[in-house]
Amino acid sequence: MTNTIANIDKEEDYFLNLGPQHPSTHGVLRLLVNLRGEVVKDLKPYCGYIHRGIEKMCERNTYPQIIHLTDRLDYLSAHQNNEAVCLLVEKALGVEVSDRVKYIRTIMSELSRIASHLLWWSAFGMDLGALTTFFYGLRDREHILDIFEETTGGRLLQSYNCPGGVMYDIHPNFQKRVKECLVHLKKKLPEYDKLLTGNVIFKNRAIGVGLLSKEDAISFGVTGPSGRGSGFSCDIRKLEPYSAYDKVQFDEIIRTECDSMARYKNRIDEFYQSMSIIEQLIDNIPDGDYQTKMKPIIKLPEGQYYQRVESSRGEFGVFVESRGEKNPYRIKFRSPNLANLSALDHMVRGQKIADLIAIMGSLDLVIPDIDR
Amino acid sequence: MTNEELKQRIAQLCADAVCTDTQDYVLAEIPANSLFAVAKQLQEQPDTQFDYLYSLTGVDYNPELGVVYHLESTTLHHKITLVAKTADRENARLDSVCELWKTAELQEREVYDLLGITFNNHPDMRRLLLDEEWHGHPLRKDYSNPQLIVDLIK
Repeated sequence: MTNTIANIDKEEDYFLNLGPQHPSTHGVLRLLVNLRGEVVKDLKPYCGYIHRGIEKMCERNTYPQIIHLTDRLDYLSAHQNNEAVCLLVEKALGVEVSDRVKYIRTIMSELSRIASHLLWWSAFGMDLGALTTFFYGLRDREHILDIFEETTGGRLLQSYNCPGGVMYDIHPNFQKRVKECLVHLKKKLPEYDKLLTGNVIFKNRAIGVGLLSKEDAISFGVTGPSGRGSGFSCDIRKLEPYSAYDKVQFDEIIRTECDSMARYKNRIDEFYQSMSIIEQLIDNIPDGDYQTKMKPIIKLPEGQYYQRVESSRGEFGVFVESRGEKNPYRIKFRSPNLANLSALDHMVRGQKIADLIAIMGSLDLVIPDIDR
Repeated sequence: MTNEELKQRIAQLCADAVCTDTQDYVLAEIPANSLFAVAKQLQEQPDTQFDYLYSLTGVDYNPELGVVYHLESTTLHHKITLVAKTADRENARLDSVCELWKTAELQEREVYDLLGITFNNHPDMRRLLLDEEWHGHPLRKDYSNPQLIVDLIK
């Protein structure tokens, strides 16, 4: 008995299971955290709680069917994921889509990015104890989801792209509503800055926390706004322009502070870049077919193909090994979130347990994309 | 470096390598035992500088098992893809590239999980997505799930 009491005062390491049902993981991810007092010594991620074997399922599906499964990877970048598969099929078959399709795809991708970043902003504030952000962010995100619903029929998972174009033409109200939505967002985004960006508590929890050097970001493959917060120039829209990104002017947002605040500000700036891209395109959508006629059964020639796009969270890639069949021999989705998660252990060592939540929030992980 | 120069460089580094062109990049098949040495050279040499492993994929080429490494240089902006294959399906082993690119750690665990390739010198060789007690490796072409729901109902 005396021994037990004596041990309480002794400094010892202990383990804490964070998740799989923890609100801050935004999904079913388990982190086994090794702690000494409040300080994190290291952590091990345990994935697979929402593993659905999507790559295995894709091996028996045809290419148009695969598109519907890619929605379910990173459900907040559903449109960009669809686009990656469509671009890959079109590239392999040498199909050229009309300018109208390119414009529509680019606008939809950027709307998805804004919607995704709005949800991230909401949840990030909530992770740090500011519940108001959640209501503000979701309120404004509704406007974009309504636009998606009107044209595509889906709010979260649109499955709007198909090989050769898009499923249906845009709704007659589309342009009007997008422009209204941008006016609304421009009014609301400065409020976000007032509410969270300048807040002293928020600043203290974000500035200088969760450092990730540029070399480590590249080595871990951390891409997207998180990687660009470490000075890693990795915007696929600039490096390998696809769809209509070569026709628009926009900046790649790069910061070199390497902390949570840099990642936060990158996403806030991306709101404005995305809106600028949409504004450049929305009035100039050219006439033309919204779909190029494809063969009823799509077979890719034998060989290897790789297509990358910039999803809301980083570089999303599709790798296909084809044997000339109507379904892929092997398909792999390069998940931006898995790479971002791999850097978490490195970033939180020596930080406080409360900062772990803030750092994870700044990485913006979506778990179904990790587990696939 | 252009694709032709990259092919020459690969031939210098490893005489047995076979290079082919695909639509997107040069594909170099490297013998499994010299993969790590070639990858290390490609990362370190100042005119190649492949510092970014953007994807690592396990493929069952049936009968061989292979791993595809997609590499890019963030400074010089050229790309190359390496493939290493092993014919031993029972005890498939390849060298880990964790030392060179840290992102490989989780991705190699995924390959081990789904295709059953064990990586030498990997710091933590466990399954990533499936349960520790899972039998077999689902992305192998000869995989059959012993516990299909149909069988359980019988």
